[in-house]
Amino acid sequence: MRKETAAAVPSLASGKVAFWYDPRKRSILYQLGVLAMVGLLGYYLVSNTITNLEKQAIATGFGFLQKEAAFEIGESLISYSAADKYARALLVGVLNTLLVSFIGIILTVIIGTFIGIARLSTNWLINKLAAVYIEVFQDIPVLLQLFFWYAFFYEILPSPRQALNPFAGVFLTNRGLVFAVPEFHPAHTYMGVAFLAGCVCVFFLRRWARRRQAKTGMVFPIFRVSAGILVLLPFLVWLAGGAPTTMSVPVLKGFNFQGGLNVSPEFTALLLGLVLYTAAFVAEVVRAGIQSVSKGQREAAMSIGLKQGQVLNLIILPQALRVIIPPLTSQMLNLTKNSSLAVAIGYPDFVSVAGTAINQTGQAIEGVAMIMLVYLFLSLSTSAFMNWYNKKMALVER
Amino acid sequence: MVNQKSEKIESSLANDAIIEIIEMHKWFGDFHVLQDINLTVKKQERIVICGPSGSGKSTLIRCINRLEEHQRGKIIVDGIELTNDLKNIEKIRAEVGMVFQHFNLFPHLTIVDNLALGPIWVRKVPKKEAEEIAMHNLEKVQIADQALKYPGQLSGGQQQRVAIARSLCMSPKIMLFDEPTSALDPEMIKEVLDAMIELAQEGMTMIVVSHEMGFAKSVAHRVLFMDFGQIVEGNTPEEFFDNPQHDRTKLFLSQILH
Amino acid sequence: MEKADQINKSKDIKPPVTQVGVIGWFRANLFKGWFNSLLTLITIYFLWMIVPPLIRWAFIDSLWISTGAECQQSDGACWSIIPANIRFIIFGFYPYDHQWRPLLAMALLVGLLFYSRNRDHWKKSLAYAWFLGLLLMGLLMKGGLFGLISVETSQWGGLPLTLLLSVFGLTAAYPLGIVLALGRQSEMPAVKTLSVMYIELIRGVPLISLLFMSSVVFPLFLPQGVTINNIIRAQVAIILFTAAYVAEVVRGGLQAIARGQYEAADSIGLSYYLTMRLVILPQALKIVIPPSVQQLISAFKDTSLVVIIALFDVLRTTQTALSDPEWMGFSAEAYIFVALIYFLCCFFMSNYSRRLERELETGL
Repeated sequence: MRKETAAAVPSLASGKVAFWYDPRKRSILYQLGVLAMVGLLGYYLVSNTITNLEKQAIATGFGFLQKEAAFEIGESLISYSAADKYARALLVGVLNTLLVSFIGIILTVIIGTFIGIARLSTNWLINKLAAVYIEVFQDIPVLLQLFFWYAFFYEILPSPRQALNPFAGVFLTNRGLVFAVPEFHPAHTYMGVAFLAGCVCVFFLRRWARRRQAKTGMVFPIFRVSAGILVLLPFLVWLAGGAPTTMSVPVLKGFNFQGGLNVSPEFTALLLGLVLYTAAFVAEVVRAGIQSVSKGQREAAMSIGLKQGQVLNLIILPQALRVIIPPLTSQMLNLTKNSSLAVAIGYPDFVSVAGTAINQTGQAIEGVAMIMLVYLFLSLSTSAFMNWYNKKMALVER
Repeated sequence: MVNQKSEKIESSLANDAIIEIIEMHKWFGDFHVLQDINLTVKKQERIVICGPSGSGKSTLIRCINRLEEHQRGKIIVDGIELTNDLKNIEKIRAEVGMVFQHFNLFPHLTIVDNLALGPIWVRKVPKKEAEEIAMHNLEKVQIADQALKYPGQLSGGQQQRVAIARSLCMSPKIMLFDEPTSALDPEMIKEVLDAMIELAQEGMTMIVVSHEMGFAKSVAHRVLFMDFGQIVEGNTPEEFFDNPQHDRTKLFLSQILH
Repeated sequence: MEKADQINKSKDIKPPVTQVGVIGWFRANLFKGWFNSLLTLITIYFLWMIVPPLIRWAFIDSLWISTGAECQQSDGACWSIIPANIRFIIFGFYPYDHQWRPLLAMALLVGLLFYSRNRDHWKKSLAYAWFLGLLLMGLLMKGGLFGLISVETSQWGGLPLTLLLSVFGLTAAYPLGIVLALGRQSEMPAVKTLSVMYIELIRGVPLISLLFMSSVVFPLFLPQGVTINNIIRAQVAIILFTAAYVAEVVRGGLQAIARGQYEAADSIGLSYYLTMRLVILPQALKIVIPPSVQQLISAFKDTSLVVIIALFDVLRTTQTALSDPEWMGFSAEAYIFVALIYFLCCFFMSNYSRRLERELETGL
């Protein structure tokens, strides 16, 4: 804001300030100027666009969504064929993006946390290996990593007839990753229900344990018991259901495997590339978070007599998580945005499907706008979450 | 400051030693940071350790609660020898309280939670009782009105008094102080020293690493001077300040008492 | 009332032999406690399984200068794909006989970068040197003057293109980023809203969507008959993208400036422009030098995305070389080579930024 000190403001007899020296009026004028410029620029671009679109006989509007898509999509979570509408094709794309992002985020957080902790280890070997990993995977562009893994699948892995068999029931070929999965049995649904019931049990158990500790001081081994419940309940249901053990095992028939769960090379390459790349950044975030807790905190906790596990849970983690969570959410968002690179290796994520739609209909503006809107929605919701989390967890200071 | 001279007659002290350090050596790599330390501390005895920086005084008291490991010699605290045995270490840490130069309060917990943490999780005391212990000790250091605040909202002197109270909640037999007033603004030093003097009056065994010579004169049974990892000299405050025996002691005293 | 013990001559007692020297190091760093020892052993086992075969593939069985056919026969790595195609990988479609020009341009860039590393050289003359240097680089690449034949931008490719897009991208994005950061700080609602909208919009979308936009939508923005070539479109997209991130970096620096600085400048009577130019920005920009180097590293990595809009940066030239039937199937070797280039550049830049951060923190 343009501020003028008293000396620069000429005083008029009436005590009023001249129009163009009044800071408020000046700022309004300035803003109007900026808005006008932006508006003019916008008008110029839009009018050009309209003319060009007319000249090239490209349709506008989102009517194309109801038209037949006329292209196949390699993999999809829901049923889809070329006869379906564009809208459905785009939905398939969104679901694919969410699938790879969701699995990617879980794997990244697990792997990244391990590497981050390893980076702090007193074991020289583990420490240095983690450091090398972080440095190497951070400094190579993610797209290059994706290409590498894609080439790995298609050039290095053998055909199904000579599949790599690292573990029983798991096969790696240039047609993808195939592994045995339990064949569906009604007991599985009940097992799922049992697991959810277990979660509810654990929730109430924790409350009870906390109350009991507050009242009597006795500590309840809540972690072990919770883990036990979450494993035992589904297990009991499984037994009750007749202990079904039939697995859908992949068997080589002709040129490829039948049965089991088949994960395409594109998906695996994308997942590998994204996870290994982002995990390197997550590792740094975790490391920085843990290091941000000063050594004195650990010493003070130890000198009161707290055990190692208690020091970690009560003192170190709460403080470290405050520092870790915001940049961690950024990295998760980065992974989601980077999943858009799937178009380069042929995985049909949202950008890839939208790209095909743009090519076929010529409606570039609507296509690009849709892409941006979807990602913008994801970003803004993540930002909102992060802001809320930061406010809630901020350490109270003077 | 209350004159404690009447209590300094050695015969009035209990005869059993509560800390025994026998021929203790410690190295940081090749650096011989503590050399042949021999020290016996009796119950209710109050010792002030002074010396130039780098002399190993902090390292010495940190060895007593195993924040540092010694490589040679023995350290026996309240009859338990300090070794790599985790159980012994935890037992000793519950009996020995420590106050740090930089307070080290837990910023994400309220003051009362800071204090109740030890009783609840180590002594397995019910929450209500733990909070009563906490409030009792907060009143001792005259800071009970801040119980529900967070450490970030308190001044340095207030935080250090809370730190003292936090250690007291574990009912320790020995209190170690690692330069408790060195990080404080001058006008806050007195409130912390007053809290420490009150502690002394109640008969706590205290080992204090400090440069506050006034405190040493009025409250300590013994003043030790350390230099280059050795205990050079140790004596009653009068003898120590009026009659230093070694040249190094004389040099040090001339530098700090100006 | 005990007197002091004699001051022992304990200096000649050595630390226990298990604590120092090689044995001490092994005990403390690799075998401290049973868990660590187990970890060390497991790790050594895995390394033993992985490293020797890798070394055999990469160095012992490998071919360094040979034909494609010979490579197909061998089991080892086919590094020969690199020397056979190196000039195409590095320079793309740039005319063969004139490739000394992009080489010189790159050498100039690297020279300038090395010169700028030393903080004693950070004077106004350095800014002029950079300006001149960039101009010279553009001239070398484009030609058309001083007897250099003109080379169309459509023929630019490979490493020079990657470097150009990143360096130019960041250089042009920086002033825009500063303006946006100041706009975001502004108390004028219209300016603030526009800045925030821009920054959040750009940061919320993947770079690839902006590159798509530059490729298919920019042409629609232009009046009839006006075309801008591929590279400039991509460059504009990269600039717009990087500016939003630079804005956030600079905002961090602005927020670190104490209020007292603004007040002091006000009380001298400096206008907004002068306050920013003389007082605030010099301090803020100094604070954000390390994150800015990080931004350069990101921009450098991000240029690899132009592959997707069919620009021939060093990644795409590599892929093209791989599509040659003679060299098909050796993607791993080729990609490792490109990865090495990227890694070396990014690693040195990272190292530099870390060193810089340490120096600046200690107030040197």
